[in-house]
Amino acid sequence: MGRVGTVVAVAGALGVAAARATRTAVSRQRAWRAGPPHRWQVVTVDRPPEQVLPSAVWPEPLRRLDGAVEVTVARAPGGRGTELAARARPHAAWPGLSAHLLGDDPGLLVRRTLWQVKQLAETGEVLRADRAPGERGPVDRPPR
Amino acid sequence: MRALCWTSGGELAVGQVPDPELRNDHDVIVRVRRSATCGADLPLLTGRASGLAAGDVLGHEFLGDVVEVGGGVRRHRVGDRVVVCASVACGACWYCRRGLPSCCDNGSTDPTANEAEWGHPVAGCFGQPRAAGGFAGSHAEYVRVPYADVGAFPVPESVADDRALFASDAAPAGWLGAEGGEVRPGDVVAVWGAGAVGQLAARAAWLLGAERVVVVDRHPARLLMARQHVGVETIDRRDTDVAAQLREFSGGRGPDVCVEAVGGPAGEHLSLADRFTGRAPVPEAVREAVYACRKGGNVFVLNGGTRHVNAFPTGAVVHKGLTVRGGRQHGQRHIPMLLDRMARDELRTEHLATHHFPLDRAVEGYALFRDRPEECLRAVFTPR
Repeated sequence: MGRVGTVVAVAGALGVAAARATRTAVSRQRAWRAGPPHRWQVVTVDRPPEQVLPSAVWPEPLRRLDGAVEVTVARAPGGRGTELAARARPHAAWPGLSAHLLGDDPGLLVRRTLWQVKQLAETGEVLRADRAPGERGPVDRPPR
Repeated sequence: MRALCWTSGGELAVGQVPDPELRNDHDVIVRVRRSATCGADLPLLTGRASGLAAGDVLGHEFLGDVVEVGGGVRRHRVGDRVVVCASVACGACWYCRRGLPSCCDNGSTDPTANEAEWGHPVAGCFGQPRAAGGFAGSHAEYVRVPYADVGAFPVPESVADDRALFASDAAPAGWLGAEGGEVRPGDVVAVWGAGAVGQLAARAAWLLGAERVVVVDRHPARLLMARQHVGVETIDRRDTDVAAQLREFSGGRGPDVCVEAVGGPAGEHLSLADRFTGRAPVPEAVREAVYACRKGGNVFVLNGGTRHVNAFPTGAVVHKGLTVRGGRQHGQRHIPMLLDRMARDELRTEHLATHHFPLDRAVEGYALFRDRPEECLRAVFTPR
């Protein structure tokens, strides 16, 4: 189970959120300058930190990447919710299916995962596509 | 079920595809009553890389009856007649909560695909390439509607199908052109494009208090329709200097608000050499609007069909102090109001459905819509 204790995270420390936000923002800017593959991927979730990572437990989409990424959480300015950032750990062993999906771009997988966390926090579900033509079920089910 | 599918190379065919299914708790399945062609589909039919896969179903402007309801849906029941917003938005993100549902963060099943194209994810859309959401289209017997509580709206009993149909896309797009252009009482408004969206932008301008409304197009039949049904003055761009004519209409000032609603792939035709060298088209209507608009006026761009353009008149924007904005329709915000206006007979749209076809003849309908725009404003398909 992914625990935020392994990273810079919220973990009930909302009282120090402002200072932490400044620190993480600075380190994130440095990381961006460093460029991929260790670039921070960030999304803003329109919910407070305690809803994005309730009880400091990673939600399911992030849990799949447990051990392979580091995560930061900061309050977004202007009451815009939570800035949720993640980046691949150097030399991480990508768990399970993630390793399969990874390809050459861990940043893309991390980014997709963050968008799923955001969808889950904001809408209560991760939106699923209609099945592609080739993967759809039987043609002509009984009429509704 | 039967559906109009993209095959390859821009070819279309009506065939059998599997029925849609509930994929999320907030989905409903709608049995389609009407589904309309739209200029935004035309770039998908050019035969060049469209992003569609063989078997993808086209169509995004539709209404129908709810036949299946997901466990999280609160506002709809089986049997409801609903019009569905053509774009898919969650209603819960920062943008949706501020009345900008077409900018929704959660309207796509793969937001990173949108990020690559536009810099940020935007709302999804039915019947478009997977990068635009991942939702099958409405030229079919059934459609799955995600976020149904947010994007599907019950149609008042007094509003007929052919009128309510255009509350799905054309009417909210037209309304956005006038509202986003900040039309005020007494304004002179010019609209480029006498298609469905252009006519409804002109009608919205009237309803917001404009004193003179002028529509510009190159198809006399469309201009005649705009005069007859919307009561506007018209300019046939084939035989006149549009800017000079607009100055004449506006006491030499230029229109207060200019709305670009030309639809489809705007700009001039590109030769093979242009394509080889990567030359982008010139946005003729936007250029005309920028040059014609009065100093300090507003230009609103509705057509996103041309992704990149050359020769955008930046200098005129700066020296005349113009405000240039753009947007896709915010139907989730506007559709209830538009349906009310339709019920009160303030907004009539049924004349836009110039041609009706059974779904089985949808290929013929698209050919007519694409090849004879002077005759066919919108082809409407009826699955049964």
